[in-house]
Amino acid sequence: MRTRRRPLFWAMIAGLTLIILGPILFIILTAFKTVDESRTVPPALVPSSPTTRAFNVLFSSDDAPVLTWFANSMMAATAHALLVVVVASMAGYALARMDFPGKRIVTALIISTLFLPGFIFLMPNFLILDQLQWLDTLWALIVPGAAGAFGVFFMRQFFTGLPKEFEESARVDGAGPFRTFFSIMLPNARPAIVTLIVLSFLANWNDFIWPIYVLFSPERLTLPVGLTKLQGAYTIDYPVVMAGAAIAAIPVLILFSFVQRYVIEGVAQGGVKG
Amino acid sequence: MSSRTQGSRWVPYVFLAPYMVLFVVFVLVPAVLGVWISLHDWDFLLPGKPFVGAANYTDLLDSTSVNYTVFWESMRNTLIFTVLSVPLLVVLPLFLATLLNSKFPGRTFFRAAFFAPYVLGVAVIGLMWRYLLDPSFGAVNGILGAIGLPDDTAWTTGQPWAWISLVVVTIWWTAGFNAVIYLAGLGNIPADHYEAAQLDGATRWQQFRHITLPGLRPVLVFVITVTILASANMFGQSLLITNGGPGESTTTAIMAIADLGLAQYRMGAASAMSYVLAVMLGIIALGNFWLLREKA
Repeated sequence: MRTRRRPLFWAMIAGLTLIILGPILFIILTAFKTVDESRTVPPALVPSSPTTRAFNVLFSSDDAPVLTWFANSMMAATAHALLVVVVASMAGYALARMDFPGKRIVTALIISTLFLPGFIFLMPNFLILDQLQWLDTLWALIVPGAAGAFGVFFMRQFFTGLPKEFEESARVDGAGPFRTFFSIMLPNARPAIVTLIVLSFLANWNDFIWPIYVLFSPERLTLPVGLTKLQGAYTIDYPVVMAGAAIAAIPVLILFSFVQRYVIEGVAQGGVKG
Repeated sequence: MSSRTQGSRWVPYVFLAPYMVLFVVFVLVPAVLGVWISLHDWDFLLPGKPFVGAANYTDLLDSTSVNYTVFWESMRNTLIFTVLSVPLLVVLPLFLATLLNSKFPGRTFFRAAFFAPYVLGVAVIGLMWRYLLDPSFGAVNGILGAIGLPDDTAWTTGQPWAWISLVVVTIWWTAGFNAVIYLAGLGNIPADHYEAAQLDGATRWQQFRHITLPGLRPVLVFVITVTILASANMFGQSLLITNGGPGESTTTAIMAIADLGLAQYRMGAASAMSYVLAVMLGIIALGNFWLLREKA
């Protein structure tokens, strides 16, 4: 394990990195190509005369309000992530640190739904949103997903691991349960909260099947769903479609590069201890 | 424990209430409502929704019914994808993880780089690969042609190429996700087990076989289960890269269910399909737990 790395090791690492990052880079470069250059065989990697035409087409198109889609996605994902954190940290705290009649039943009920596949909720939740008159609104993207059990268990697990002295010293100071939670427990849960916000934001930003069916108006779509309309409208103009993909990809890649520690640790935790 | 909350019995319920409201409205009620829908001829657009009992279910077994072919073809397609993709998505990420588990400069960077495609989401990766795999001017055929291989493979429009494309794209997209879970599992195996084995003269393979694999067993159960569930849920890749074709050959079960229920609004039949698929997945998940259970 500690031996000096051989060339074979680095060749494999380099090859894999090229396979994984190469296509993403190629797509971003394609967004700056002309239509002709996007169809040359063999493909040109670097645009010979870089142009922002694809972005101009995209931003001036009435059929494809990309900035509106971007704003929709941003609002829905942000509001969703905040809602998840609020309800999940409160519920997770109660399940981790309080005793009350019915706790075991509630815990078992929530756990059992972790194993229900998401697709069985497609039709009934569609009808419920119809009753709430939330179809074709951002509420449809923000609220129902926050009922998922993952966040509650993630926070419950974190709170279970905090030392009991936190609450005891707060009680000695005369703090009630709400002050204890908001001014002692929540600040100490910052790493878990950031992780949960980031995971919820990314999952919501990238959600695909649900927004396809609950949003109808062109100006209400999220970016991922809007992009698929581009594919139909600009089939022969790949630089425009790839510019759309780049607009959706670059913000999440930048966000990811800053918070990757939280994303990767959150995913690892969910898999190993979850 | 209870002394901490003494004198305010209602406090835990106040903390639970916001989540429980969402849980009841969007999880518990829909889980029951779905069964109710499946027992009716439930067309969202029509006023009458007559009770039909198990007819939506028995239709799925009756080869003369309209939904029979759609359902079983899509189930077969989903099975093909699962059988092709799951073994690769269990084994290749394990290789990636062992590669990334040793200490070397830049390890954190490469770990993040291998995970990066996953954060892009299926819409972006679908559009990307639709272009890269385009049979006439896609970069994949372009590169193959440049190194003297056939450059006219119908990656998105012919079989078996369409399945190969969808499986390879899915591996490209999600291998880093599984690798990260393995990495966390590898980190939990005590290093002194390996040191003891090395002293006993165990080879690399013997160490892998007798220390790594047993140590990873719970993680393996998780990875296999989650990967099977994800494969059975496959939707975006087929929709965006092959559009379910050629013919209907890559139309997956979720595509068929969502199309029937949420595009044609025939929700009764679609709900029945979704519960049949859910029960099948439940059986597979239980079988998986049983096969890989801790041998006491």
